[in-house]
Amino acid sequence: MTEHNNMELPRRQFLSRAAKAGISIVAAGAISYALYDREGPVPGVSAEDLVTLPDFSIPPEDGRTISIVTGSDRTKTVGRAIELLGGLGRFVRKGQTVAIKPNVAFASPPMLGATANPGLVAEVVRLCYAAGAKQVLVTDNPINDPASCFTLSGIAKAATAAGAKVILPKDSLFRYTTLAGGKLIRNWPVYFGPFSKADRLIGISPIKHHHRSGASMTMKNWYGLLGGRRNVFHQDINTIIAELAMMAKPTLVILDGTDVMMTNGPTGGSVSDLKRKNTLIASTDMVAADSFGCSLLDLRPSDLPYLSKAHQAGAGTTDYESLKPKRAKIS
Amino acid sequence: MRIVTTRRISQAFFFTLFFWFCIVSTVGDKIWQLRGWPVDLFLWLDPLAAIGTALTTHTLYRPLLWALATIVLTIIFGRFFCGWLCPFGAIHQFVGYLANRKKTTAQKISLNKYRKAQSIKYFILIVLLFMAAFPSIAATLQTGLLDPIPLVSRSFNLLLLPIFDRSVNFVSVSARFYEGAWLIMALCLTAVLLNLVIPRFYCRFVCPLGALFGVISRFAVWRIGRRQGDCTDCTDCGLCEKSCEGGCEPRGKMRISECVLCFNCLDDCRGDLVSYQTTSSYAGEITNPDVSRRGFVISLASGVLAVPAIRLSNKIGANWDHRVIRPPGSLAEPEFLKRCIKCGQCMRVCPTNVIQPGGLYGGLENLWTPILNNRIGSSGCQLNCTACGQVCPTSAIRPITLDEKLGRGSFADAGPIKIGAAFFDRNRCLPWAMDKPCIVCEENCPVSPKAIYTQESFTTVRDGVLTVRKAADNFTEVEVEQTLIPGKFATGDYYCALARPSTGGLAPNNRVKIAANTESSIELSADRNIENIPAPGARIEIQVRLQKPYVDIEKCIGCGICEHECPVSGKKAIRISAVGETRSADRKLLLEPG
Repeated sequence: MTEHNNMELPRRQFLSRAAKAGISIVAAGAISYALYDREGPVPGVSAEDLVTLPDFSIPPEDGRTISIVTGSDRTKTVGRAIELLGGLGRFVRKGQTVAIKPNVAFASPPMLGATANPGLVAEVVRLCYAAGAKQVLVTDNPINDPASCFTLSGIAKAATAAGAKVILPKDSLFRYTTLAGGKLIRNWPVYFGPFSKADRLIGISPIKHHHRSGASMTMKNWYGLLGGRRNVFHQDINTIIAELAMMAKPTLVILDGTDVMMTNGPTGGSVSDLKRKNTLIASTDMVAADSFGCSLLDLRPSDLPYLSKAHQAGAGTTDYESLKPKRAKIS
Repeated sequence: MRIVTTRRISQAFFFTLFFWFCIVSTVGDKIWQLRGWPVDLFLWLDPLAAIGTALTTHTLYRPLLWALATIVLTIIFGRFFCGWLCPFGAIHQFVGYLANRKKTTAQKISLNKYRKAQSIKYFILIVLLFMAAFPSIAATLQTGLLDPIPLVSRSFNLLLLPIFDRSVNFVSVSARFYEGAWLIMALCLTAVLLNLVIPRFYCRFVCPLGALFGVISRFAVWRIGRRQGDCTDCTDCGLCEKSCEGGCEPRGKMRISECVLCFNCLDDCRGDLVSYQTTSSYAGEITNPDVSRRGFVISLASGVLAVPAIRLSNKIGANWDHRVIRPPGSLAEPEFLKRCIKCGQCMRVCPTNVIQPGGLYGGLENLWTPILNNRIGSSGCQLNCTACGQVCPTSAIRPITLDEKLGRGSFADAGPIKIGAAFFDRNRCLPWAMDKPCIVCEENCPVSPKAIYTQESFTTVRDGVLTVRKAADNFTEVEVEQTLIPGKFATGDYYCALARPSTGGLAPNNRVKIAANTESSIELSADRNIENIPAPGARIEIQVRLQKPYVDIEKCIGCGICEHECPVSGKKAIRISAVGETRSADRKLLLEPG
């Protein structure tokens, strides 16, 4: 009996230990099975992770595609220019969320004109709310430090005061995109977050001299939608600007030629780089807007190869006169 | 309320205040941003920063007068700063409590006894102060390496905040980086973890600020000690030493210089025999720090010799490291090193994150001093910003105005402050080395007129010499014998250069922009002015139009935005070197105009 009892305890211990060992082996096997990767890693972005920016454009209306208003007071010229296209009610419906993408590229004060005019941005925000917008978002992915750009340009303050929500480009707001038919925008990070929530998109940009591409206007403004090491695209500036015009499908663009940066662009840095031209353009066709806008820089559309590229790609027309621009003058 | 409760509230309050100042050191006007918060308060109150800079510069910079308040209060009350105010001390006390709370009373008493090694901190202090004081021609301020206030400031600001803000992006929109922060972490973490060995290890053995307080608290009017007259009631139970934070032996001869005023002995004594009083302890006291004459002389000699020894590397002379680019407003290098306490406030506040803790490449003295690294951050040194000088507690970086920085207004004659100059690496630059258009640097140069300018040139591309098979009458299209990659020359940057019929050589202005190309033909822009139409068999060349960038060294301010934006990553094709910086005459590059 004593011997038997002595055997009993080790046997129990053995069985218990064997059971635990069995569970451990099964667990190790199950985890290995769950994690088993037959193919090995595939470099690049998987197709499921790609996004496409929404199409924000609205149906065209004959004769109400582009308006050109002259005058020095932006709050008046922009109001008139939009009115000539049918009023903001045509573009923004009650309860909609509007994303505004001004050019906030540089940490530079508003008087130097390197960024969109804060008063103009605020006025567009105000008009959106007047048209019944639920919320207006103002955002950009600047070149200089984002927070500093929004602060120094005066855009954060003006837009916030007008009731807009200013969104800074956090890393988490970027996704990868591939432009259909694009050569350069392939598996590239795009600023997506704020635009995925919006119903409408309005671009606001000043007219600026740009040594590499000739001019920075509404199409070049969409460079701010790109993330990553986007500067590599300067090697083929005309193609990237044309592809940006294909990728971004805004509801409306506003091109501000009140003070045009004639030299030292796109940064400027001195008021002497600016010249008063008192012109403001609103358009649903950004190729047309830029084709007219470049005349304020004393350029012809043929001087800017990206315009004909965008025209050929169907993003708009360089022959803005064919659209019968609405013109007005505010004294 | 018990006095130890009051002390804990004080520690918690000042620690929270310190942490709050870390968060609000963010440029902006929101309530949680910089506005007018006195984010340097703890550094101003730090007598080691004040005395250190006073020794090196023989002046006391304005805000450091706050340290006088700390000194006066220490002379009256003893080391209140260590026990009641120091945020680093609060961390040590808390961690020490957590680590040792389950030990027995006897173990705790043994843990908190006085150790001879506590005098090491005085030797450290002597070395650091004599490095600052002698010889006057080569004084260097290295107190910041171990001074707890700069240490805890840089550890929180350059380490904890970026790590924890990464996931929420509350303080900064994009993640912030600090090169070599691991070394800052190593020191801070070691200091904190040593509490597991002995509570307040850093305070007892290392802290030079605590040592300084130890020296000036010897005349303290109020001090901890045994009450007069009733020592016969003391059972020598040792409870007063159970939680003694300073290891100052209240049971026996009280070591005044070690006492951090934690008041635990007062609280722990069952017989109420310990008090905070104006008379000396009835059991006797030792007022002087335990520093032997031999130890003093050795530390003094080490301190005096250390500076010339470090300077043998000649790192602030001709052998200066090109990476040592100082923020705008920085004093000339020798003066700068007399003031910088390595607190990291400039690195914290810099909105673009370009100011980085320096490494050993600039010499031992360069460690954790501010260096501009244009490869890190959201852009180089922002033109319209002077934040770093505004928060510098010792004016190593002067609080310059925007007018002074940009050379405007009354500074127009002096011109803008240059922190360096940009140099092209023509072996890496896309237009220079690879015949690719780019000029991102030119685009982003914030100076007006731009310090980067271009010169146009046309270069024949590889395999770009072609033979005409057939040219359309109006020359809008030309077929060639060779095979081309379709679309390759359609970017708007390529031109078709024609030969002159008379000479056969290329005519400089006889070019037509290419609009598109197929495998065998080239479509040409209608917008041109050419002399002739090439006949079949004629030679044409495909050329790329390049805008080759140059730096106008007289206009360049060294802001580094070009270097930051340069698409040639890894090692940029345009880089800043501190040569030509305004602050030092011996790094001047250009001759004075006229």
